[in-house]
Amino acid sequence: MKSKRIRAGAAAMSGLLLLGACGEGGPGGSGGDFTNGKLVLAVLNDQSGIYKDASGPNTVKAVKMAVADYKKKYGDKAVVDDIEVTSTDHQNKPDIANTKAQELYERGGADVILDVPTSSAALAVANQAKKHKKMFIDVSAATTELTGAQCNKYTLQWAYNTYMLANGTGTTVTGNGDKNWHIIYPDYQFGQDMTKSFTEAIAKAGGTVQGTIPTPFPNDNFATFLTKAGSTNPDVIGTMQAGGDLINVVKQFNESGLKEKGIDLAVGLMLITDIHSLGVDQFAGTMFTDAWYWNMDAESRAWADRFRDETGTRPTFEHAGNYSAALQYLEAVQEAGTDDADAVVGKLEGKKINDVFLRNGEVRAKDHLVIHDAYLARVKEPSQVKEDWDYEEIVTTIPAAKAFAPVEASTCSM
Amino acid sequence: MNAVLQYAVQGLAAGSFYALAALGLAIIFGVLGVVNFAHGAFYMLGAVTTAVLLDTLDLTLWWSLLVVPVLMFVFGVVVERSLVRWLLRLDPLYNFLLTFGLTLVLVELVKQRYGVSGLPYKPPGALQGRVDLAGVVLPRYQLFVFLFSVAVCVLVWLVMTRTRVGMIVRASTEKPELARALGINVGRWVTPVFGFGVALAGLAGVLAAPFRAITADMGNNFAIILFAVVVIGGLGSIVGAVVAGFMVGLVEAFGQAYAPTFAQILIFVLMGLIILVRPAGLFGRKEATA
Repeated sequence: MKSKRIRAGAAAMSGLLLLGACGEGGPGGSGGDFTNGKLVLAVLNDQSGIYKDASGPNTVKAVKMAVADYKKKYGDKAVVDDIEVTSTDHQNKPDIANTKAQELYERGGADVILDVPTSSAALAVANQAKKHKKMFIDVSAATTELTGAQCNKYTLQWAYNTYMLANGTGTTVTGNGDKNWHIIYPDYQFGQDMTKSFTEAIAKAGGTVQGTIPTPFPNDNFATFLTKAGSTNPDVIGTMQAGGDLINVVKQFNESGLKEKGIDLAVGLMLITDIHSLGVDQFAGTMFTDAWYWNMDAESRAWADRFRDETGTRPTFEHAGNYSAALQYLEAVQEAGTDDADAVVGKLEGKKINDVFLRNGEVRAKDHLVIHDAYLARVKEPSQVKEDWDYEEIVTTIPAAKAFAPVEASTCSM
Repeated sequence: MNAVLQYAVQGLAAGSFYALAALGLAIIFGVLGVVNFAHGAFYMLGAVTTAVLLDTLDLTLWWSLLVVPVLMFVFGVVVERSLVRWLLRLDPLYNFLLTFGLTLVLVELVKQRYGVSGLPYKPPGALQGRVDLAGVVLPRYQLFVFLFSVAVCVLVWLVMTRTRVGMIVRASTEKPELARALGINVGRWVTPVFGFGVALAGLAGVLAAPFRAITADMGNNFAIILFAVVVIGGLGSIVGAVVAGFMVGLVEAFGQAYAPTFAQILIFVLMGLIILVRPAGLFGRKEATA
């Protein structure tokens, strides 16, 4: 036992010596405060599956844009010169996400893991972040658990969560007179979270949920689920499906005749890529909650133009969210002068932020949820579309304090 | 009652996709002895081609129903000539692996070219809206899908039973040695039969375009259910594939209506039960599975 400890100590010492040597030779001698003399931002997301277009490889480009902007801003004064952006595919599987996160923290030298769509995968990564005392900034996963019961000091939720989506859409649609809901949802973590959040929001707004139907995931045939939901004559059917499943639902809803019966369709989570792939005519008039829209003001548009130059396409809110998360992480590292996660988190906690993605943003110290303005959007009519990707009209801005659950309600204890 | 009829039509519409595609799978297995794992990918290609044709050449669904199966037939012939043929003499497992690999390649190529979010498709106006049949309101498109695929299945059945070509194909399926002994050149029919099976999968894809998300992954889940269909019907049985296709569609619809959580599992429960009672499937003969 004792000898083991001595050996470990010796190994650590020689490691330190090596590091010291590296630091001396490193650029600007700044390596001393950085493990391996460099900063590693690891994007862990879906590089080939259903969420590839929503974030995927273009998120890596967005993060690289943030690194370039950081270097441009600080130049010689930057506390670290060597910044690496890596990209790993987790295939939306929690077990793969878990192993990859462990590898990235232990052997990949990752200082922060970014993005991680699919709630179950993100929860696995959060667990690894806690274990390794390294940072994880979630952008694409929406479960409130990340900043709720399963929160930890090293995990931040940057862009949105199921509460934000449900509160925005559920409250507004109910308020507009669609009081009776029937919800269909994919039977896994995200769908269950969404249904719970929507049910609460609808009840608070004075509506009722007549019934909920769990569906397989993935699934291409929703015809009977929709008929079943429509048979109770609700005012609105809420769908919590995402990606390709959502497109199946919308196509089959439009075809089912429920619309003519006066039943509306409310969508829980929609990304601009969904509208693009199905065609604006099929979605026209649909209301949904968005975390950001590329054409919502001049600042966003200017960034979206840069993004288009890099990628050839317009950004989703997840792309912008990852850019913002990477940029603000780098700012915090600059302030802390080290990549030590405790120091960086300390700089971020409670920080008020305004950037291209976050408006009236604040990193809540208690649960590490990043609150910011959210938007209720409506899909444009085909006749209103003036250019490619011009699909959304922002109906109202939901102020940050109202968009997310109040901090008092948080079940997080770190 | 109204609701039950509605579920039934929805089930038959969903079953139409399975029936058409499974028919192709059964014919290919029958004549070539190849378990074509790429059938889901061919279905996907049919739908993707339909969307691309509308986007680039303004070809409506009606044209696609004619053009896409022809294109898919040609594609099937190329695949058979260039790939499948070389492995026919070996253990069937080799072609199973080949077509599995082909699926991965085709899916990735479509992802590279068209992304993963899917392609837009606008269905023809004539097929939108509802039909009122004695108080039962049915979506026009689902009714069309059902009637169209029944017509195709009947046509294929007539060709198989009433024409010389059909008899040769059936003879090659059921007793290849005997057919050869009688001077029939079985080998000559292998390529067109493979192409025809692929065309049927493509046709199912065309029908799916207005109704389902057109993505590179759309065939993955579909293929799994398709194999359940073929096992239920009896491997290589043409009638079995069609009957089982509609049956699985109905099980899916009624499962969705009355036991949503189990909708997909029910199909495999059905498969398990049928294998227990009739190991060769509903219409399979012992030889077919050997």
